[in-house]
Amino acid sequence: MKRLLALFLLPGLLATDLAVAAENSARPLNWTAIGMFMVFVLFTLGVTRWAALRTRSTRDFYTAGGGMTGFQNGLAIAGDMISAASFLGISAMMFLNGYDGLLYALGVLAGWPIILFLIAERLRNLGKYTFADVVSYRLEQTPVRLTSAFGTLTVALMYLVAQMVGAGKLIELLFGIDYVYAVMLVGVLMVFYVTFGGMLATTWVQIIKAVMLLFGTSFMAFMVLKHFGFSIEAMFAGATAVHAKGTAIMAPGGLLSNPIDAISLGLGMMFGTAGLPHILMRFFTVSDAKEARKSVFYATGFIGYFYLLLIIVGFGAIVMVGTDPIFRDASGAIIGGGNMIAVHLAQAVGGNLFLGFISAVAFATILAVVAGLALSGASAVSHDLYACVIRKGRATEQQEMRVSRIATLCIGVLAIILGLMFESQNIAFLSGLVLAIAASVNFPVLFLSMFWKGLTTRGAVTGSLAGLVSAIALLILSPAVWVNVLHHQQALFPYSNPALFSMSLAFFSAWLFSVTDASPRAALERGRYLEQFIRSMTGIGASGASKH
Amino acid sequence: MSPEDIELIRQHPDFIQLVRRKQRLYWSLTAAMLVIYYGFVLLVAFSPAHLGQSLSGGVTTVGMLVGVLIVLTAFALTGFYVYRANNVIDPLNEKLKQECAR
Repeated sequence: MKRLLALFLLPGLLATDLAVAAENSARPLNWTAIGMFMVFVLFTLGVTRWAALRTRSTRDFYTAGGGMTGFQNGLAIAGDMISAASFLGISAMMFLNGYDGLLYALGVLAGWPIILFLIAERLRNLGKYTFADVVSYRLEQTPVRLTSAFGTLTVALMYLVAQMVGAGKLIELLFGIDYVYAVMLVGVLMVFYVTFGGMLATTWVQIIKAVMLLFGTSFMAFMVLKHFGFSIEAMFAGATAVHAKGTAIMAPGGLLSNPIDAISLGLGMMFGTAGLPHILMRFFTVSDAKEARKSVFYATGFIGYFYLLLIIVGFGAIVMVGTDPIFRDASGAIIGGGNMIAVHLAQAVGGNLFLGFISAVAFATILAVVAGLALSGASAVSHDLYACVIRKGRATEQQEMRVSRIATLCIGVLAIILGLMFESQNIAFLSGLVLAIAASVNFPVLFLSMFWKGLTTRGAVTGSLAGLVSAIALLILSPAVWVNVLHHQQALFPYSNPALFSMSLAFFSAWLFSVTDASPRAALERGRYLEQFIRSMTGIGASGASKH
Repeated sequence: MSPEDIELIRQHPDFIQLVRRKQRLYWSLTAAMLVIYYGFVLLVAFSPAHLGQSLSGGVTTVGMLVGVLIVLTAFALTGFYVYRANNVIDPLNEKLKQECAR
């Protein structure tokens, strides 16, 4: 009997030795993954070339000529949301804490219906290239554009850093390429897509990747279910039997135990999505409000489907990855850290070939998302700052395009530098923080500008700035930074998510500084609301798609 | 739009009806989504034990079912909105646009 047991244990032990050996020596280059990724890069560069030939005007550059269909745009939006941070981060959270990972996913998803009901159609009817177009519709251009561009750049850069750090580590691990080169490779390809192919290339790269990721995750979920005889109950039973926390993983744990923190995180997730500039920008790529509406319907469907698959991936991995010593190093920790769970599962269900595919998809995911972020940052610089504030609308299209390309290049360089500086942060957590900032800086003024007649320039500017300053200050004073990064004894702000407080403060200051604004300019701005309201409700006067 | 156009549209019965219907549709659906989601968040915060109950004697919990249902409800609500907007709101909007173009 003992001998039999040893026989069962032997392959496991051998594998552990092999894994340890691999860990000690330099990680070999993964040629399957590199090969598949090369195919993706070549193909997307072809797409970029095709898009470059069709990108002649600023309108083409910022919004793909407004010619995307609702379905295409829905896939692209879904692609933006199912980033590497959510694919790897949420499956890792489910692996570690079970149900708590689902809470993150639900917060992001629940924001989409709200975006559809309140934001999507209005944004399309009122705006042209950036969400600052909408905020500044009836307000003073210069101050509002300046603060909106500042908000866009803060959010885009922080999100970019989160993605870059994740990218560097992931690629180092998957492909055997050094962190420094990995970050630089992502930066260079991102700049390439955006400067040459503009929004058209950025959108198609995002669509291609979304299809690949949805396909890959569906396959993983299918194989997990097959492993458990297509019984969800059997999968959960298996997971609770082997997980250190037992049946506790099937119920909410510590993540949202504090009501204030729970609501704050929920608000940040929900309204943060509605304040992400690279997402808002996508509503200008469709021809009219009807297509904008359809794109959110498709996007919600794809995002929801993806998160349902992640439940299967995360819980399946508890059994199929967690109990397999091949995926653990000598000290028993998961090789490559918690964020590698989904990648290990790919190997467990589909062998090396599928591991290569998922690795390539993960890389592609990062590229597609950072390209969108870079484009939104660049459009804030070239459209809001350069064309509208500095040149007061007198810049030619060529000049504006040149500035946006230079801006993309600068953002690329900055992203690489920042990516190298912030190496060790949990990526899901970091993108959660970005959402809290977006919910405080961009969302309140965007919402008020569309729904409240009383908003004035003074209110909009103070509202954004109050949101920005309070969100960042509270983040620094929160346990995540004050204790974990700066190593103080106790956090000055007890909650881990600032959204509830910073968002309320942004709304309150926008309101207070608007109602107390008795200037003649404020009276004019309130007077222009009716025209804006009619256009936002009916689409009369809204910009259409360009003819190709 | 000239000030006369704006005034004309504002007083147009179709515009008044459009605004009323549209607002009723999006505010009620927004309220529904907020109640569902924050109801869930508060349940998680105040009474996680309810969500940890077994669904039917097995390991699968009530909370897991609720989570999946929220995903499906969110999708269903967007679907309902698009259906109503396409079939009720848009025809009204088109009618208004044509009348104002004349």
